[in-house]
Amino acid sequence: MEQLFFILLALLTLSAALMVVTTRNLLHAAFWLILVFFGIAGFFILLHAEFLAVVQVLIYIGAISTLIIFAIMLTRRIMDPQQPRFNSQWGLVGGLAALLFVVLAAVTTRVAWPTTSATLPAEPIKQLGADFVGVYAVPFEVASVLLVVAMIGAIIIARERG
Amino acid sequence: MEYISNFFVNLGNSWTSLLSSFLPPWAVILINFIIVALLLVLMPVIATMTLTIMERKIIARIQNRIGPNRVGPWGIFQAIPDAIKLLTKEDIVPVNADKPLFNLAPLLIFLGAALLWAVIPFGRGVIGQDLNVGVLYLVAVGSISTIAIVMAGWSSNNKFALIGAFRIVAQLLSYEIPMVLAMASVVALVGTMKMGEIVELQSIPFLLILPVAFITYILAAAAETGRAPFDLVEADSEIVAGYFIEYSGLKFGWFYIAEYGNLLAVSAIAATLFLGGWRGPFADQAPVLGPLYFGIKTILIVFLLMWIRGTWPRFRIDQMLALAWKVLVPLGLFNLLWVATMIKLPLPVWLQWAFILAGNVLALLVTLTLMGQAAKRYAARRGMVGTRA
Amino acid sequence: MVPLTWYLVLAAALFAIGMFGVLARKNAVAVLMGVELMLNAVNINLLAFWRYTALGELVGHAFAVFVITVAAAEAAVGVALFIAVYRQRDTVNVEELDAMKG
Repeated sequence: MEQLFFILLALLTLSAALMVVTTRNLLHAAFWLILVFFGIAGFFILLHAEFLAVVQVLIYIGAISTLIIFAIMLTRRIMDPQQPRFNSQWGLVGGLAALLFVVLAAVTTRVAWPTTSATLPAEPIKQLGADFVGVYAVPFEVASVLLVVAMIGAIIIARERG
Repeated sequence: MEYISNFFVNLGNSWTSLLSSFLPPWAVILINFIIVALLLVLMPVIATMTLTIMERKIIARIQNRIGPNRVGPWGIFQAIPDAIKLLTKEDIVPVNADKPLFNLAPLLIFLGAALLWAVIPFGRGVIGQDLNVGVLYLVAVGSISTIAIVMAGWSSNNKFALIGAFRIVAQLLSYEIPMVLAMASVVALVGTMKMGEIVELQSIPFLLILPVAFITYILAAAAETGRAPFDLVEADSEIVAGYFIEYSGLKFGWFYIAEYGNLLAVSAIAATLFLGGWRGPFADQAPVLGPLYFGIKTILIVFLLMWIRGTWPRFRIDQMLALAWKVLVPLGLFNLLWVATMIKLPLPVWLQWAFILAGNVLALLVTLTLMGQAAKRYAARRGMVGTRA
Repeated sequence: MVPLTWYLVLAAALFAIGMFGVLARKNAVAVLMGVELMLNAVNINLLAFWRYTALGELVGHAFAVFVITVAAAEAAVGVALFIAVYRQRDTVNVEELDAMKG
């Protein structure tokens, strides 16, 4: 049952991802990207990471996709569907990407990955919250500094100079 | 007594065992899921049927009119002929519209409105699914409507629709932050994101402890649902109808249903987070009262939102954004910080709550004073009426 | 139960597709979308490894949250850059943005 669900979700996500990189219409690509994000949220639920599934929907779909759609709309005059969508090296790159996939898949299926017998913490979200101000306090603070820097940087870069 | 206090859960169990007596287990699960899903999906439709008439009557009363008065006693069945009229209208798709997206947008916006109901507790144990990320789920589902609106605005191939879509992106992204901050202060106070548990732990309504969070939430909710005074998205006098200008017939109906479904949903969330949800006198002894209390509280909030709509003029876009970023976000941040500090103080709970309330009231007073001074300065600069030189 | 390798193969495919998008698309916004796909593939891997090899501690969760944070920062700065470039050069085609070419 779970395997069937996985396969269906994987087919959906991967075909949507292919549409993202091949569609001529950029806005359609952005909406396919949203479908990919939903699919990945589905995988997170399958992996019992409900918190990250919701964060995925919230950040990727609510914020990042909206930003991307905004960027496409603001620069839409150049979004002419008649223009070529790929650069001249796309054949080479396609081969390279396929090769990368084959290598990665071959490697990952051959390694005997260790397994764990540990069980899921009783309240994973509470523990994650405690970890963020405990074990991961420094990276957490660095991440918030990064966000502030990115916000200020984005405002300064995109600001219209009068 | 035990049966009574968990009335709805036991009722559900009895129903399940009744079904199990003649059906295989998977069929029972399937039937139960379908029934719950249908009930939840119907909520936006029920909301539309009841809230439209309520809204038209209340706004009419505020504007000294009578309002709908032809169909049924006091016009209470007005929604039915309206629905029939909507269904029989021609379904027009603009020639240059992006057809797949144009058709997908109404369904998506309805989905966003219906999914909200999955984590709202109607009574003890009466909840679609008490997710352990419930509050966050509500915020995440809200972003689906944003996408749907952008989709509708873009695919209509209409200038007004696109401007409406641009405006709503700015508005929804800005007001999501104070909304999340208000919800987060409640979550910090109770220490759980489960909607059901938030109600269980709410021995007194959080409105009495966190009035600032409640006010922030209500204003943000009015903005999130795109209602006056935050209805720049569909400002009739500026951009006709905004993102759904090109929609007609049933597709327009979906937007309409989603709008009222969202209105009822944000009110239900406010009732759950701040008014104690289904709690009330004797709700423990007679759980049937739970959904009743919950409904009354929800309708009270709906009325508050309609009252706001009926009495305030529409904001300009810069005023709308300034309210979010310069007033509600700092206020929400302060509030969250204050709650987080207070609940860690080694004090009895009631004293912590009293401190939180005191901080809230102080923050509210400071904010109102600063806003009043800013308004006076603005009026003085513009030489407007009301300044005492 | 789905085996761990399924997730790894899925993530590898997603990563390869994203890389193709980054290297082959002309429009800068499409390149950004490719980057997002790659970051998501990484997140799937992180969580899959967490689920199958380190369930007791929330390392995978924490790392994925940081990846999402970086992705959000990157998208914000990226979009700001596109808008600034578009204003200056009237294009976001990565091939035409070659003012730094020697």
